[in-house]
Amino acid sequence: MQLTVEEQEMLDGKYGKGTQIAMKIQVALGEVFDAPKMVQVSRTHVALSNQEADLWFVEKLVNAGATCRVSPTVNPGFNLEYFQCITTISKEDEQTIRRTRQAYKEIGATLTFDCTPYLEKNVPRFGEITAFSESSATPFINSVYGARTNRESAQSALCAAITGRTPLYGFLLDENRKGQVLVDVQADVKNDFDYQLLGYAVPKKLQFKTPVFVNLPTNPSPAALMNLGAQLNTAGNVPMYHIVGVTPEARTIEDAFQGDEPERIITITQEDLDQVHAEITDPVGKIDFALFGCPHFNLNQVAQVAELVKGKKLKVKLWIMTSSLTKELATRMGYLETLQAAGGDIVDDTCMDQPCWEFLYGKKGVTDSPKCAYYTKRRNMQFVIRKVEDCIEAAMRGEVS
Amino acid sequence: MSETYACHKVSEGVIEGEVLLSTDDFCFYLVDPKTGIVIEKNHCLEGQSIADKILVFPSGKGSSVVQADGMYQLKMSGKGPKALIIKYPDTVLVASSIIMELPVVDRVPKDFYEHVKNGNQIRVDADHGQLTIQS
Repeated sequence: MQLTVEEQEMLDGKYGKGTQIAMKIQVALGEVFDAPKMVQVSRTHVALSNQEADLWFVEKLVNAGATCRVSPTVNPGFNLEYFQCITTISKEDEQTIRRTRQAYKEIGATLTFDCTPYLEKNVPRFGEITAFSESSATPFINSVYGARTNRESAQSALCAAITGRTPLYGFLLDENRKGQVLVDVQADVKNDFDYQLLGYAVPKKLQFKTPVFVNLPTNPSPAALMNLGAQLNTAGNVPMYHIVGVTPEARTIEDAFQGDEPERIITITQEDLDQVHAEITDPVGKIDFALFGCPHFNLNQVAQVAELVKGKKLKVKLWIMTSSLTKELATRMGYLETLQAAGGDIVDDTCMDQPCWEFLYGKKGVTDSPKCAYYTKRRNMQFVIRKVEDCIEAAMRGEVS
Repeated sequence: MSETYACHKVSEGVIEGEVLLSTDDFCFYLVDPKTGIVIEKNHCLEGQSIADKILVFPSGKGSSVVQADGMYQLKMSGKGPKALIIKYPDTVLVASSIIMELPVVDRVPKDFYEHVKNGNQIRVDADHGQLTIQS
């Protein structure tokens, strides 16, 4: 790999041990993918997870004196102060989240604690070279904005934030952004939830190719696009998609395939969506709670839930996870008050895959997110997956049928 | 009789072990760190242990952080795989393997996939780009 003088100096340790570790990892990555050189990044996002590996790695870098050249926004752990009010947080879990916050602060991260930074605070322009980790973020950056990122791991994105560089390969290059498989959507995709199922159904048929969707509505909501990307990149490994007539590198089919023919054409029917829905949901029955915000809900989604519960009483507890900025807006606009009056709440800076939810382990909830249900398998949480309206109805009855 | 195949280093290391094949993509987070048993619903290895195996699978999957989180816990409990043989390297899996110092190779010839069977003893030499099926 061809390095500039400055990059070579980072590798040689002239900028400190921490920067040296980061550059060493990036050079190893570049060599795996045959990158000819490094390029500068102007934005980064680190999928902080507040788990052992995450904390081990960031503390290792901090202790080695690393600081970020390009301050990354970061994913949520959990809101310690909120959960200490509603449940018991073990000493150990409290220590971990405190250390995680401290380490990311010291390394110079921007402490957004939000998994949808691409909607606020970290929004790229078309063509910008970035390093984003977080499974809902990479497809949004590549597909919706037409900015460029590889599917970074939390750790490789942190390395990029420290060095301000990333190896030049993969989705940073024009030719690798080309659509490969035409996905003809014959299913009736009409709401944000249908995009969750579509995203979850496609990867099995896709096999590591970049999909180009046709026959989808031409005016999807931001939440629909967020859902599509999050599920594509959870059920599979899909950091970029095109929707003809919607995403910027797919004004036409020819544009999306860069003038080539599709390698394959696959069709997604209503049956495919119904089948994947049946596969991933836990059995219906009595529920103990409702949980939204994986990825974090935006303000419109919060407003939708507030409208649905307005003046009503929920039988089970309901939480919406979102960013602190969205929570602040929801407070100003009265949505939080409406939700709390019904028995729900908004919690910011929090991910569903965190030990703060221990009081729900072994219980069954309802959610609109397959991703939420997928990762909480490890925490022995069961989820019936339904569209938002049906989740709210279930939360009012205490049961999903 | 042993057969040797060329491969490409993703993450350094030399190790021997028993093969476990997965036709499905793999997420290390959906493995019980205490036992090494796959807990992912509908995965072809659901209920089987990956501990001390040379795991052969197409590609990684899962969020940008869970591969490293899963691998780290498996490494700490000693129930992780010995090495990985993959077809499609992705940044998350590659970066996680390098950081966790888990030997990984890719670009393995078709021949290997036609010959390799569950339970084979193999030697993975990522540093010299060689794979040997020993028995």
